[in-house]
Amino acid sequence: MLHTGPEFAVAEDVHSILTGESIAGTSLWRDAWRRLLKNKLAVLSMIVAIVIVLGSLFGPTIIKRATGYTYELIPKNQALNKSFPPFRSAEGKFSWTHAMGTDNAGRDMLARVLSGGQISLMVALISTLVSLVIGVSYGATAGYLGGRIDDLMMRVVDVLYSLPYVIIVIVLLALLPAKTPTGQLAELFFALGAVSWLTMARIVRGQVMSLKNQEFVLAARATGVSTPKIIFRHLVPNTLGPVIVYATLTVPTVMLSEAFLSFLGLGVRPPRVSWGSLAAEGAQNLAIYPWQLVFPGLTMALMLFSLNFVGDGLRDALDPQMRRE
Amino acid sequence: MAEIGTNGNLLEVKDLRTYFQTEDGTVKAVDGISFELKQGETLGIVGESGSGKSVANLSIMRLIPEPPGKIVSGSVMFRGRDVLRLSPREVRNLRGRRIAMIFQDPMTSLNPFMRISKQLMEATQLHLGHSKEKAREHAIEMLEHVGIPDAGERADSYPHEFSGGMRQRVMIAMALSCQPELLIADEPTTALDVTIQAQILELIKRLKAESGASVILITHDLGVVAGMTDHIIVMYAGKVFEQAPTTELFERPGNPYTRGLLRSVPDPTAEQGKLYQIPGLPPDLAHLPAGCPFAPRCERAEEICRQEFPPFVQLAPDHHSLCHFADEVYAQSSSEP
Repeated sequence: MLHTGPEFAVAEDVHSILTGESIAGTSLWRDAWRRLLKNKLAVLSMIVAIVIVLGSLFGPTIIKRATGYTYELIPKNQALNKSFPPFRSAEGKFSWTHAMGTDNAGRDMLARVLSGGQISLMVALISTLVSLVIGVSYGATAGYLGGRIDDLMMRVVDVLYSLPYVIIVIVLLALLPAKTPTGQLAELFFALGAVSWLTMARIVRGQVMSLKNQEFVLAARATGVSTPKIIFRHLVPNTLGPVIVYATLTVPTVMLSEAFLSFLGLGVRPPRVSWGSLAAEGAQNLAIYPWQLVFPGLTMALMLFSLNFVGDGLRDALDPQMRRE
Repeated sequence: MAEIGTNGNLLEVKDLRTYFQTEDGTVKAVDGISFELKQGETLGIVGESGSGKSVANLSIMRLIPEPPGKIVSGSVMFRGRDVLRLSPREVRNLRGRRIAMIFQDPMTSLNPFMRISKQLMEATQLHLGHSKEKAREHAIEMLEHVGIPDAGERADSYPHEFSGGMRQRVMIAMALSCQPELLIADEPTTALDVTIQAQILELIKRLKAESGASVILITHDLGVVAGMTDHIIVMYAGKVFEQAPTTELFERPGNPYTRGLLRSVPDPTAEQGKLYQIPGLPPDLAHLPAGCPFAPRCERAEEICRQEFPPFVQLAPDHHSLCHFADEVYAQSSSEP
């Protein structure tokens, strides 16, 4: 989907005539959005990701209303419900009650997978927030100030970078043993947040270093604008493209980290579930009840794939030059 | 703010030296320049690329990146106070408010992610304490003032929607929005088309006449300074080579370098022939020769030029030249038509 100049210009003209709006204003973002919509894989991925997100957000409530099952409800007549295959009722006929079957305690897998999605979303949200707030401001400050302050700030990042997050989580859990599952969840979030901003800081620092020598920064300084304002009003908005792209690409990585930790038993503790802990449970019964691993695994894989494709699509849309190389 | 100096000088630069530490050695980008600027006057600073004219003006505003740069010595008296000894906060209050600057490349000197109106509002909100509404009104007024059509509608555009000339107009509007007493224009027309150049110069001239501000016009184009300035400084290798009132400098240059520059301006009346060019390249500022830095390129150079640094000779009450043969060159120029 390579655009030649004139063709693109015509498209823009036609667009503005049809919609009756001027091209002025936010045309940069609108251009990027338009390019993103032309990327079929990215659009499909966006739809898949949105479906999974909406399913995770509202699915558990809907299932509870419809069938009474939640991720932790163990039915009374367990013997009839344990490890049911998908779409089967107790009588062995087709049924919508357990679209993903049940686990070996008789809990509805669909409810569990969707609840697990909530944990993944929370992890994604927190790590994105941390990397946007801490990572961007830290990196921008280091990059703009440069010199010794930059050296010092980036060495801190290097040190944190060299510590594997698994070690951080283990040490954290050993030092502050969580009393409740929620407490452990908080520690997991803290550990993932602590490492998720590091790469963002490096990326933003690099961007700012190349931007700070441009004349508009000098012009702002010549106007008497103070250093914090130059960093946050002039430089940070200019790094937004790479920041958005990197943030979308971080989300799957952090989700995977959470799943990995939960798989090892370091993350989410029962009765709470996440895709990682579901996979860990499912892996034990893989030979007999494959759906207990397949469904959480498939959902997670779909989510990670789509997020990666959306991230790639955003990168192409925000930086059209990169694609031509 | 203290008042203007007793002699009516708005700006007095004395023995300003700005050096850069590089791996290649110390680059003496500005090496002991001095000049004065009276209120309401226009000063032209002329020189080739790398002659230190931009660094000199960045030094006046204390915008030299440190490190590697450092203002080693000198004083910059603005309204009787030494800018080089002000606190960072005082300098910030000076920038944009009393001394404003226009840059060479209007394509890169506006923030591509900020609406034009926002960029214009920044200075007045900062220095004059304008409210958002008032600053916006003022911004649109300024845009109209510099000749942007439909200023009210176009104010919310982004810089990429403006042409080069329009952007330079925006830069001028930005620089003048707080009514500064001194406007430093660093090659304001170099990146523009010739037709636009004339418009921008005319605009600066008009606004200067209206506001009574002093202007420092930096350029490598003698044609630009001719009709605009009262005084001219010719810089070479970080030093002032010649300093004179504009007409005097054009009619009776007292320095071989100035003569070379004047000869390399195309003459539209000449039918044909090759355009004169000063031979060679500007020297490496980290490794300057012992004698006159221009000697290797100078037609008049003799042995003494390569051995000894030339004196700063006074040729007329207001006319100085850095040359061993300044008097001879001056006499020769005076005798020519």
